[in-house]
Amino acid sequence: MDLFEYQARDLFEKYQVPVLQGMIADTPEEAEAAAAKIGGTVVVKAQVKTGGRGKAGGVKVAHSPAEAKEAAARILGLDIKGHVVKRVMIAEGAKIAKEFYFSVLLDRSNRTFLSLCSVEGGMDIEQLAEERPEALARIPIDAVKGIDSAKALEIAKAGGFDDEMAAKVAPIFVKLYEVFKKEDTTLVEVNPLVLTEDGKILALDGKVSFDDNAEFRHEREDLERDALDPLEAKAKAMDLNYVKLDGEVGIIGNGAGLVMSTLDVVAYAGQRHGGVKPANFLDIGGGASAEVMAAGLDVILNDPQVKSVFVNVFGGITACDAVANGIVGALAKLGSAASKPLVVRLDGNNVTEGRKILADANHPLVTVVETMDEAADKAAELASK
Amino acid sequence: MAIFLDQNSKIIVQGMTGSEGMKHTQRMLKGGSNIVGGVNPRKAGETVEVEGKTLPIFGSVADAIRETGANVTVMFVPPAFAKAAMIEAIDAEIELAVAITEGIPVHDSAEAWAYNVSKGLKTRIIGPNCPGIISPGKSNAGITPSDITGPGPIGLVSKSGTLTYQMMFELRDIGMSTAIGIGGDPVIGTTHIDALEAFQDDPDTKAIVLIGEIGGDSEEKAAAYIKEHVTKPVVAYVAGFTAPEGKTMGHAGAIVSGSAGTAQAKKEAFEAVGVKVGKTPSETAALMREVISSL
Repeated sequence: MDLFEYQARDLFEKYQVPVLQGMIADTPEEAEAAAAKIGGTVVVKAQVKTGGRGKAGGVKVAHSPAEAKEAAARILGLDIKGHVVKRVMIAEGAKIAKEFYFSVLLDRSNRTFLSLCSVEGGMDIEQLAEERPEALARIPIDAVKGIDSAKALEIAKAGGFDDEMAAKVAPIFVKLYEVFKKEDTTLVEVNPLVLTEDGKILALDGKVSFDDNAEFRHEREDLERDALDPLEAKAKAMDLNYVKLDGEVGIIGNGAGLVMSTLDVVAYAGQRHGGVKPANFLDIGGGASAEVMAAGLDVILNDPQVKSVFVNVFGGITACDAVANGIVGALAKLGSAASKPLVVRLDGNNVTEGRKILADANHPLVTVVETMDEAADKAAELASK
Repeated sequence: MAIFLDQNSKIIVQGMTGSEGMKHTQRMLKGGSNIVGGVNPRKAGETVEVEGKTLPIFGSVADAIRETGANVTVMFVPPAFAKAAMIEAIDAEIELAVAITEGIPVHDSAEAWAYNVSKGLKTRIIGPNCPGIISPGKSNAGITPSDITGPGPIGLVSKSGTLTYQMMFELRDIGMSTAIGIGGDPVIGTTHIDALEAFQDDPDTKAIVLIGEIGGDSEEKAAAYIKEHVTKPVVAYVAGFTAPEGKTMGHAGAIVSGSAGTAQAKKEAFEAVGVKVGKTPSETAALMREVISSL
């Protein structure tokens, strides 16, 4: 999960990384009050998880609480690359002398961590990496050893800092690594890290991504999260691995890879049937009980965009007869709420029994098709009608 | 022959006494794997009856190796304890450690990997978040169903569990030397390249199916490796063409960020080195049939 800028700021503060004062506001009035409390010149910044805020008019300098109120009124509700601004951060102003760049991230390609650093910050770092790669230091970080004072100095010097400045920024790199490690993140980025005219180093804007797999060892119940699509929220409450997409063929399958593949196969089939597309990703995992199947069907059948459903299961650990019983049970449970045609493809463990159960049930909405490609074609055809 | 796992493999199960561990120990035994014991520090010295076999429980991987000569461990350990289990296996210098567990924090996997590197890579880790490895007719270390297909000339390496099963099923009449699910996490112990290298050297393997999915650059690196080092025919399949940017598709590693890690880029990388890429699993299997019939 990616954090909002204000959340990253708060996290940095918790680890004694130097940051400016910042307060969040959801209304122009709150922005005015925050600006009054902070005092002096402030910056009103849109809280959206996308780049290019400044260019889109999402960042404004305000010299008084009244100006902050006006700026917030303009920024709140702004659509920045599809992200509507619901919240702004009022940040203390700073007189910037120089801008730098620092990050530490998971380098999956090399199965380790990586620190990026440059004395030239502030700009788009991808652009810097492309145009002047020599200006951006890339230092591998051992996942066991991490970043200690010596490593931090090495990173700073490689990034082009002179000895005096390196000694100033290195302790901050050590603290930022602490954030990276202790908070189970896959990215901690500060852009820009700044030197102020009065000689202070500050983390002015930060990006942090948490590892979802590590949520169990952190208490983050109060953290503001992205607003979920209503169907995604419903699926999440039922512990289903569901992603809403923009199509007409509902998909249920077992195993992430097979479900991803099912989406692709349906999209190809859709090209022959009026361009219909998959409506969602839904992985019911290994234990496809009647309850899980019912919950999955419930979510998908409640998607008004869905016109047909493709259930694609390969019985590995799961037996196909259990899946078939799940489908029959789910349809019985849903009764008249189940109103869209289902195409079912079962293969693998106990497939004969599974297909027999579906044949015996003879549900008018269910069509059993033997192969994945044919089933995708049938589901696409039904969705295009 | 086969790769990484064969009829001489002696397997222990870390977390055998848990419900998943017990279920899959039974399944592996039924499938003919030589399981010689389990590991659980709280139950050391006890025995467990599974499938008519009395299996000893050891306090540590090192004890189990000393007593049984085990050279493979399969881990069914909850995410919170998986790092410790991996480090224990690495410290014991077991040849092969298969980590089935899904949902391990990536810092833990990265630390375990760094630890393995610092210890000289004496342990081959497969996974985490994978179905494991099966050399049909010889041994099965993991959760792959043992009866999908028998021994044969195809080597299979895949990021995804169910796609591994699907492909084994599609090619069940031909059979496999070894099928290995490397896992869908960002940090894994065995990569596509590791499997390609081993299949290239394995006389039983005549052709290779490679299954990839969105995220990371493992497939692109595999394509470059194939060009330089693999003379056996390879066909590939990539899942995730319809996955939108920024949405995780089930696997922690299956996420497209920016222009990196797209299915299209992976497909193009394979095709650029002459590897045919199937549009669907069935089409990929058909491509492999053509390869096999022309051998």
